[in-house]
Amino acid sequence: MADNKPVIIVVEDEAHIRRFVRLALEDEQWQVFEADSVKRGLIEAGTRQPDLIVLDLGLPDGDGIDFIRDFRAWSEIPVIVLSARTAEADKVAALDAGADDYLMKPFGVAELLARVRAHLRRRARGSAGGASVYEFGKLRIDLGKRLIEKEGQPIHLTPIEFRLLAYLIANPDSVLTHRQLLKAVWGPSHVEDSHYVRVYMGFLRKKIEDDPTRPRHIFTESGVGYRFVSDSSAATA
Amino acid sequence: MPDLRDTQRPDPDQLLARVQQEESRARRGKLKIFFGASAGVGKTYAMLSAARQQQAQGVDVLIGVIETHGRRDTEAMAEGVERLPLREIAYRERNLSEFDLDGALARMPQLILMDELAHSNAPGSRHPKRWLDVDELLAAGIDVYTTVNVQHLETLNDVVSGITGIRVWETVPDKVFDAADEVVLVDLTPDELLQRLKDGKVYLPNQAERAVRNFFRKGNLIALRELALRRTADRVDDEMQQYRREKFVSSVWQTRDSLLACIGPGEGSEKLVRSTARIAARLEVPWHAVYVETTDLQRLPERNRHRILRNLKLAEDLGAQTATLSGNSAEELVVKYARDHNLAKIVVCRTGGNWRPWRRSFAERVGRIAGDLDIIEVASSEGDEERTRFERQTVSEKSTTPWTSYAMAAVACALAGLAGAVLFPIFDLANIVMLFLLAVVLVSVRYGRGPSVLASFLSVAIFDFFFVPPRISFAVTDVQYLMTFLVMLVVGLITGQLTAGYKYQANVATRREQRVRALYEMSRDLSAALMPEQIAEIGERFIVAEFGAKAAFLLADDNDHLQAPLPSLNGLPIVDREIAQWAFDHGEVAGQGTDTLAATPGFYLPLKAPMRLRGVLALELRSVDRLLIPEQRRLLDTFASLIAIALERVHYVEVARNSTVQMESERLRNSLLSAISHDLRTPMSVLVGLADSLLLTRPAPSGAQAEIAQSLKEEALRVSGQVNNLLDMARLQAGRVTLNRQWQPLDEVVVSALRIIERGIGRHPIQVALDADLPLLEIDFVLMERVFCNLLENAAKYTPAGTPICIGAELSERKVHVWVEDSGPGIPPGKEELIFRKFERGQAESSTCGVGLGLAICRAIIEAHGGEIHAHNRPQGGARFEFSLPRGNPPDFAAAELTDNAEGH
Repeated sequence: MADNKPVIIVVEDEAHIRRFVRLALEDEQWQVFEADSVKRGLIEAGTRQPDLIVLDLGLPDGDGIDFIRDFRAWSEIPVIVLSARTAEADKVAALDAGADDYLMKPFGVAELLARVRAHLRRRARGSAGGASVYEFGKLRIDLGKRLIEKEGQPIHLTPIEFRLLAYLIANPDSVLTHRQLLKAVWGPSHVEDSHYVRVYMGFLRKKIEDDPTRPRHIFTESGVGYRFVSDSSAATA
Repeated sequence: MPDLRDTQRPDPDQLLARVQQEESRARRGKLKIFFGASAGVGKTYAMLSAARQQQAQGVDVLIGVIETHGRRDTEAMAEGVERLPLREIAYRERNLSEFDLDGALARMPQLILMDELAHSNAPGSRHPKRWLDVDELLAAGIDVYTTVNVQHLETLNDVVSGITGIRVWETVPDKVFDAADEVVLVDLTPDELLQRLKDGKVYLPNQAERAVRNFFRKGNLIALRELALRRTADRVDDEMQQYRREKFVSSVWQTRDSLLACIGPGEGSEKLVRSTARIAARLEVPWHAVYVETTDLQRLPERNRHRILRNLKLAEDLGAQTATLSGNSAEELVVKYARDHNLAKIVVCRTGGNWRPWRRSFAERVGRIAGDLDIIEVASSEGDEERTRFERQTVSEKSTTPWTSYAMAAVACALAGLAGAVLFPIFDLANIVMLFLLAVVLVSVRYGRGPSVLASFLSVAIFDFFFVPPRISFAVTDVQYLMTFLVMLVVGLITGQLTAGYKYQANVATRREQRVRALYEMSRDLSAALMPEQIAEIGERFIVAEFGAKAAFLLADDNDHLQAPLPSLNGLPIVDREIAQWAFDHGEVAGQGTDTLAATPGFYLPLKAPMRLRGVLALELRSVDRLLIPEQRRLLDTFASLIAIALERVHYVEVARNSTVQMESERLRNSLLSAISHDLRTPMSVLVGLADSLLLTRPAPSGAQAEIAQSLKEEALRVSGQVNNLLDMARLQAGRVTLNRQWQPLDEVVVSALRIIERGIGRHPIQVALDADLPLLEIDFVLMERVFCNLLENAAKYTPAGTPICIGAELSERKVHVWVEDSGPGIPPGKEELIFRKFERGQAESSTCGVGLGLAICRAIIEAHGGEIHAHNRPQGGARFEFSLPRGNPPDFAAAELTDNAEGH
């Protein structure tokens, strides 16, 4: 805590996983604290002033989702969830509760590190104040002037597409559930119409991606939602 | 003024009835009747020309049955319209041609022509009458054109026979005529008709030609024409009224003064029923018909009872609500019934030539006790009176009380006489009289009215002969005794009558109570039943007890197919499954004593429960007449509906139990699977993580070490994939897969799948060619992604590196077809289906790894989506895996666009 090492708390009941996660993170010169239950995790989170939390959903004394709800009541720092592949509903619930990202077990260390890095970077940028002009690869987006350019050519977006893109840009590298997107772009009365999001994501991809069948920015998270990646080479393994 | 508002406001029930009527009409076919005054006016011709017009407009017209009687112009008219071949029915060594109802239903034309609606079908047909065939055609949604002559209308039948002297037996109920969507009057003046007759243009049956000639007298024709015109005018008037009611609802709200027809035992009752039906139709009011079973009428001969039942049935057919009342005073019961049902007009038959002038007619008696009710008297037809009188004679001959009762009455009087003789020295004559009265009362209690009358007279005789001085003589010395005799006779008769009457009422009450108790007991027993077999057994027990019939229950399965009758201890009746299925499909009774297949033994009653039909109750009755009595029919109907409700309750109990069990086992399975998946996946995660960590250690591992760590990780990931496959398969196989179906574009699934297996198929160029206009599909994203991953992996695994893999999709009318093609060696011949089995691989032993679950999973997923998956080799080499998915009804996202447009650009 002495220097500006980011602090990461790993809440996981499986000692082996905790161990290699810790090894990998410490290797990156981050400071790591461990917890093996919801209760311990909340205590650590409250006292260590973490910059990021890696959380397993299945814990002996409760559900990881409860942890997120409790935690989100007083903190905004990124939470990355570790979960089993088949439990899409759990992932969505965790994300809707306030988690920012998830990794499916078994996950590679490189993948974990990439995600952690992206979220730490986002947190650092967030604290520096929101910019209104973004550049991603061939794209240049000026949110203030509502201008989108691809390789210098202006792209026309409908208002809904623009709002969708603006929301994605505002939450880069995080997984956004269909529900969150619907609520933000279409309003709370449309949260069940998930086909809106899918159809408009398709439109948006066709307009901003070079090859919509191999997107570099807008990724589909199967059964969960979408992730906007500003720098795809860094985020996807 | 709330009253005024109330009267002006349309009755919601009536509005609802009209809406329902319109709805049922929209589904039903339309009936158009070509109506004429007599044969030869050109109805068939008019019908054919109308049908040809329809055909010219592209309507699919079929001639179901047509009778051109060899008229050339009519024949010419019928040419060019498809004819349904008639069905041959063998009947008593003759072949009869009859309309083929099943053929017509199978052919399903838009419009069918059915000449002569009143025709009676040959025995052995499904329905006894053609109008019932037509009804079924309409119910199937087929429009029908048909022809009717005025004398074939049920209620006009006797009027016409009165005019022409010829009675027609083939009739059509008025309700069919009234329910027709359109009626076209085919009119011809009598002179023209007679001219046509002279020219031989009118078909006349060979037999009874003279009678027919007689029929075609000008006077008759004018009268028939008037009847036809009036009937049509009535209909037009009805339509006008209907129109007015719809347009100006408030102006035509009338009080419902409904009619009550009192059916008596006489022949005139048939006419009474028909007249009442006509009046009710004219007044547009519902009507009731009752028969009062009094003690007198109970002893009527069989034939009269049959006639009463027939008349009640006729009334029911003509649209009346019927009831049988029992009691002693017919007029009181009738008045009470009328008041209970708010019936303002009572229709009775005028009894001409009263043979007991002191006795008031029935109409007068009703009038006396209910002055506020209107009484309509209908003349009985001529000749009836004679017949009634003749029948009255037979009444006494065929009196039902056995002679032994009379003998016992005589014995009782003799005993009273003996006792009197013993007591004579001790008691007064006045007290001896009491003994005789006692005997009369006892006789009337025991043996009923007739014997009690006999006993009264005998007592007086014995008393006079043996006790009144001079004894052993009928002579009377003291005139006083004449008074004694008179009073004794009168008292005897009255007590006899009263006692017999009360006894009868007590009997009736007991029977009614038995009925109620039977119903109560059955519903109590049914409420305790837990299985359909129990219900069948209970129902059968009560039906045997109440109707003395053998019963069988045929329950319907979920696909509305009747199953074999449930076994029974008392032996099953002979059940015709086809008739039972018919009764079930149509929700109507069939068999003995009904309109449908009346000739078959057995009675089929559909079991109607609130939600749906539950099955059919088949009865084998000893006598059909029991069912003709409305009370018995109603009792049976009540039984049937109680049974049906019990069956439905049991069904839903089972559904609820099954779903609880299913939920429970689903939950168990899920928790088991997730426990296993957790226990298998955690070590895999650790392995992958540790192998990765090894790679990241500092100083960096040497080339060989790094390679080992890398393959360690890859193998662990592969095992993890296999575990996923096994678990998925377990989940998919374990029962119904719960799909998380949502409307989504297929290309997104493909893109996502490509990203997941990017590394696995890196050496294969992938071409994606999806139709641009693919609709949204209702699919489970994760599972469908799995299908693509497995198919792509499969393709990559079995084809040489560098060969292209193609993903395509195209739209057909109902489905979306998707395929994954490769240019590899293809599937070994004959294994196209086999490879979708579990643990099945193209080559039995090869270096290619995997256990062969991928395609089995694909099939399970596609089938859970209601699609199909197949594989075959492409002609140009390589394999093609193709699956189809139903299109369904994708939601429009107009709302999403609307919001978008509203924002402006």
